[in-house]
Amino acid sequence: MHNYTLAQLAAGLRAGEFSSEELTRTCLARIERFNPALNAFITVIPERALDQAKAADQRIRAGEGGPLTGVPIAHKDIFCTQGVRTSCGSRMLDNFIAPYDATVVEKCDAAGLVMVGKTNMDEFAMGSSNETSCYGPVKNPWDLTAVPGGSSGGSAAAVAARLVPAATGTDTGGSIRQPAALCGVTGLKPTYGRVSRWGMIAYASSLDQGGALARSAEDVALVLQVMAGFDPRDSTSVDQEAPDYQAALDDSIAGVRIGLPREYFGDGLAAEVVECVQEAVAEYRRLGAEVMEISMPNTRLAVPAYYVVAPAECSSNLARYDGVRYGYRCQDPQDLLDLYTRSRGEAFGAEVKRRILVGTYALSAGYYDAYYLKAQQIRRLISDDYQRAFAEVDLILGPTSPTVAFNLGEKTGDPVTMYLSDIYTIPVNLAGLPGLSIPVGFVKGRPVGMQLVGNYFSEARLLNAAHRYQQVTDWHARAPAGF
Amino acid sequence: MSLTADEVRKIAYLARLAIREADVPAYSRNLSAILEFVEQMNAVDTLGVEPMAHPLRSVQRLRPDEVNEHNQREQFLAMAPQTEAGLYLVPKVIE
Repeated sequence: MHNYTLAQLAAGLRAGEFSSEELTRTCLARIERFNPALNAFITVIPERALDQAKAADQRIRAGEGGPLTGVPIAHKDIFCTQGVRTSCGSRMLDNFIAPYDATVVEKCDAAGLVMVGKTNMDEFAMGSSNETSCYGPVKNPWDLTAVPGGSSGGSAAAVAARLVPAATGTDTGGSIRQPAALCGVTGLKPTYGRVSRWGMIAYASSLDQGGALARSAEDVALVLQVMAGFDPRDSTSVDQEAPDYQAALDDSIAGVRIGLPREYFGDGLAAEVVECVQEAVAEYRRLGAEVMEISMPNTRLAVPAYYVVAPAECSSNLARYDGVRYGYRCQDPQDLLDLYTRSRGEAFGAEVKRRILVGTYALSAGYYDAYYLKAQQIRRLISDDYQRAFAEVDLILGPTSPTVAFNLGEKTGDPVTMYLSDIYTIPVNLAGLPGLSIPVGFVKGRPVGMQLVGNYFSEARLLNAAHRYQQVTDWHARAPAGF
Repeated sequence: MSLTADEVRKIAYLARLAIREADVPAYSRNLSAILEFVEQMNAVDTLGVEPMAHPLRSVQRLRPDEVNEHNQREQFLAMAPQTEAGLYLVPKVIE
């Protein structure tokens, strides 16, 4: 059963081939068996999941089920879940039981999806390897000595190892697409504002966006349908109805114009990754797409600008963790300052501290213009690059990450090297555009991901282009040995 | 740009973040490397470029001023490390 796609599982449930309870038990058994090796889950909730599954079975029997009623899902531990610990991968929130559900969780519940647990992640979504989690790193199912990518590493690993058919994620600079690439699954970061951020713990609010990881574009489309939509509780939610993401999946892509930015195929990109991506480009040509070279001249400035904007927003967002109202508090504080500084100092990990410090510095008196203002101007230049490109092409194609999954511990000593693994994903967040990663091959047994980027609200077109590719290839259907 | 140990301590104070004295040199090194990397931005002239604070040109929505949430004081206080008589407790602030 675990090898079925989400679409197949949903069909099986509706046809009564198996019950949600049976399916949920299968997922829970697989999590119990494989999670010790993968560390993909921070919290597993068998009893609650089985209650939800039984309720889903009743709904289905009564003919009241929706398209995904009874299908298991895992939520990244950044989404608040009422009554279930929401840790954000941090010691700061290790004891935090959210008092309400995130909109995404609420929508999934309403659709009848069964939450089996909360997935591991980089602390406060700050990381590209899932090694900054206070619960320890997640392992890549394709090679247990490799990182799964981050920050949604637990979600990507859980989907890749077929512990769950789909999982939610969030993406601030590549945190859905990069782990999707490194774990060989399909992951979509929607347009900024498409999915509600309400109840999604904030890292960098002008960049954060929720999305989904699953084994195919079709499956991602099904989950996005549940997640997307206007939410009055999120002031940046876009008041625009979500289209039917399945409707256009099978459309022909003949004549679709695909741009390859020459800057995405430059220095630092592994030759074997280029080969896989070029092979995928050839496949798109065979499908009738028109492929052309384009230029995105400001690409190389994206990571530097991101590491001002994101830390600046992080330093103000994380100011809320003060040891007073919820979360970690240090022992025996001497005075209020000691309470603040020690609670924060003891509960935040090294990478979170670095970003808070960089952000505090960039926003401090005398440095604002040189860093924050400059970065926001560069953000504009990058956004303009995209809009110029979208005057010529419908989609932009390139690698998702410059290398396949690296080894655990390989980049932890050098933050800047780690940051560069998001070089192709970060510009998309700065512009607020939708981006998707799909598997397009392997290098020495480790998956290669390819990214497609579209203009604002073009999720349906991205999913269509990915689905058509997945109809003629089987990279997405491969499963890691041993799972 | 390189950050001295004193500058690291000052920023950490501004951020209300206790860092171990033994870790100051590593922070100084790492933060300097990050700032140096970030300064690649200076290679491009941005004079007159309108800063982009947000991906969408959205305006703040307004809503009718109606009560839409109920008081959940007890629930929220239950999550706090230390409370008394419906209040959050912190070390003495006023002498």
